[in-house]
Amino acid sequence: MIIKTNKLNLWYGAFQALIDVDLAIERNRITALIGPSGCGKSTLLRVFNRMNDLIEGVRMSGSVNFEGKEILDHEIDLITLRKRIGMVFQRPNPFPLSVFENVVYGLRVHGEKNKQVLAEAAEKSLSAVLLFDELKDKLSMNALGLSLEQQQRLCIARLLSVTPEVLLMDEPCSALDPFATMKIEELMIELKKQYTIVIVTHNMQQAARISDDCGYLLLGELVEFADTKKIFTTPADKRTEDYITGRFG
Amino acid sequence: MKRAFEFLIERAIFLSGIASIIFVVLIFFFLLKEGLALFQTESLTGFLFGKNWYPISDPPRFGILPLFLGSLLVTLGAIVIAVPLGLASAIYVAEVAPPKLRDILKSGIELLAAFPSIVLGFIGIVTLAPFLKSVFHLSSGLTALAGSIMLAFMAMPTIVSIIEDAIVSVPKNYREGSLALGATHWQTIYRVVLPAASSGILAAVMLGIGRVIGETMAVLMITGNAAVLPTSILQPVRTLTATIAAEMGEAVSGSEHYYALFAIGIVLFIISFVINLLADLFLHRKAAR
Ligand SMILES: Nc1ncnc2c1ncn2[C@@H]1O[C@H](COP(=O)(O)OP(=O)(O)OP(=O)(O)O)[C@@H](O)[C@H]1O
Ligand SMILES: [Mg+2]
Repeated sequence: MIIKTNKLNLWYGAFQALIDVDLAIERNRITALIGPSGCGKSTLLRVFNRMNDLIEGVRMSGSVNFEGKEILDHEIDLITLRKRIGMVFQRPNPFPLSVFENVVYGLRVHGEKNKQVLAEAAEKSLSAVLLFDELKDKLSMNALGLSLEQQQRLCIARLLSVTPEVLLMDEPCSALDPFATMKIEELMIELKKQYTIVIVTHNMQQAARISDDCGYLLLGELVEFADTKKIFTTPADKRTEDYITGRFG
Repeated sequence: MKRAFEFLIERAIFLSGIASIIFVVLIFFFLLKEGLALFQTESLTGFLFGKNWYPISDPPRFGILPLFLGSLLVTLGAIVIAVPLGLASAIYVAEVAPPKLRDILKSGIELLAAFPSIVLGFIGIVTLAPFLKSVFHLSSGLTALAGSIMLAFMAMPTIVSIIEDAIVSVPKNYREGSLALGATHWQTIYRVVLPAASSGILAAVMLGIGRVIGETMAVLMITGNAAVLPTSILQPVRTLTATIAAEMGEAVSGSEHYYALFAIGIVLFIISFVINLLADLFLHRKAAR
């Protein structure tokens, strides 16, 4: 297990968005977080790389352990944490820079200057997301000119270049068409050999297709967390069953 | 009855709508007519590249090169001062200052824009000029540099608020993407936010230049008013605008001198027009994205 939360609570001001969440994320697996809109999926995901810090008035209690380190610790080095736990966003958000500069962005901000190293890392990361052959002659074009699917792949490549251990993905396919979605799903299954993936999705079929573990969140509570097969065939909680059978949400 | 009333209203609105265009066209043709008259007696190259501006000597000389270079020097100086300062304060206001301070700073900047330029020029004469005089051991503090500093102050509000707008309108997800990769706040600003805001920043610079080039009263007061070819920024100079303001009163209507001042007006018009056009291009490039 790579990340483990214990009685995790989170408040936005007076509103409690996460309530006593206990979950354990296993290495080299895809963990899906599902649940109706506003139940706290994104919030939970953003705890792991402390992106909620950007929002004013957020308080947290409990503990989140990552490889023996306490993520909620005020002293923790956010730069290292975010290097090890990367994030892919709902809307592809390549920077308005060239494809190449996008991919090596993380390396650059972490001080890498050697051209050779940067070029190799760019090739490796773009290859990992199956974009290298497509784009190897277009590395200097503006990334905003790519298709949405390519942009999302590029965002994943951008992440891989800093060699993270965990990939957090917040509805990474919701801006994509079904075909592009399928391609990205194939990519995720490929990536889990090397990385641990946590994905938030609205799409239950997607969770069923690609995840190994699955957690169902409702109103800030983790109602059930188990093997994906079990969640989708024999859920332990009535509320989970209602949700996956479509009687709710 | 009602129909007639609506008809009248519509006509009135139409007329006031085209009135502004008509006025612009009239002004433009007037400027052209009076300005181009100069070239019956003076050659275009002599006007643009002549090194001497002696409008009332005999024979008069109408070379605007010293004035043009004076404008250029004062403007460049102002830009060199105002752009880095404006960029820095826009970054501070948009990205660093806590919300309360941000509001205070923004109203402060607007207040600076509200000062009539003559007041700034006046304050400049009594404070800035003596200061420059003693710092650089000059015989007079009324120099191109003094003009540049005053103009920089006048251009700052425009520059800061446009850059600030450009920075604030950079999509949040660029910032998030950068921070989530482990970049620091500062790295995020200069590697992602500023490039993303670059067309707005260029437009701000252009509009700042536009403001500075068209400025008259303050530079008239503070640059020392000497129509000679400038060799240093610590020298008195005379700008194109200041020349018109200073000499229009004494130029006899219909004289060569009078036409020459209008010809300067044409030059200024062309410069402002080009700058506004460029600023517009940059702003539109941003909107097209
Ligand atoms: N910045 C914020 N300030 C206050 N409340 C917030 C903030 N962000 C989220 N919330 C609230 O916290 C709850 C959980 O939000 P969150 O974005 O985590 O939900 P989600 O499960 O990701 O929803 P969706 O499926 O719509 O993305 C919601 O009720 C939301 O209104
Ligand atoms: Mg969400």
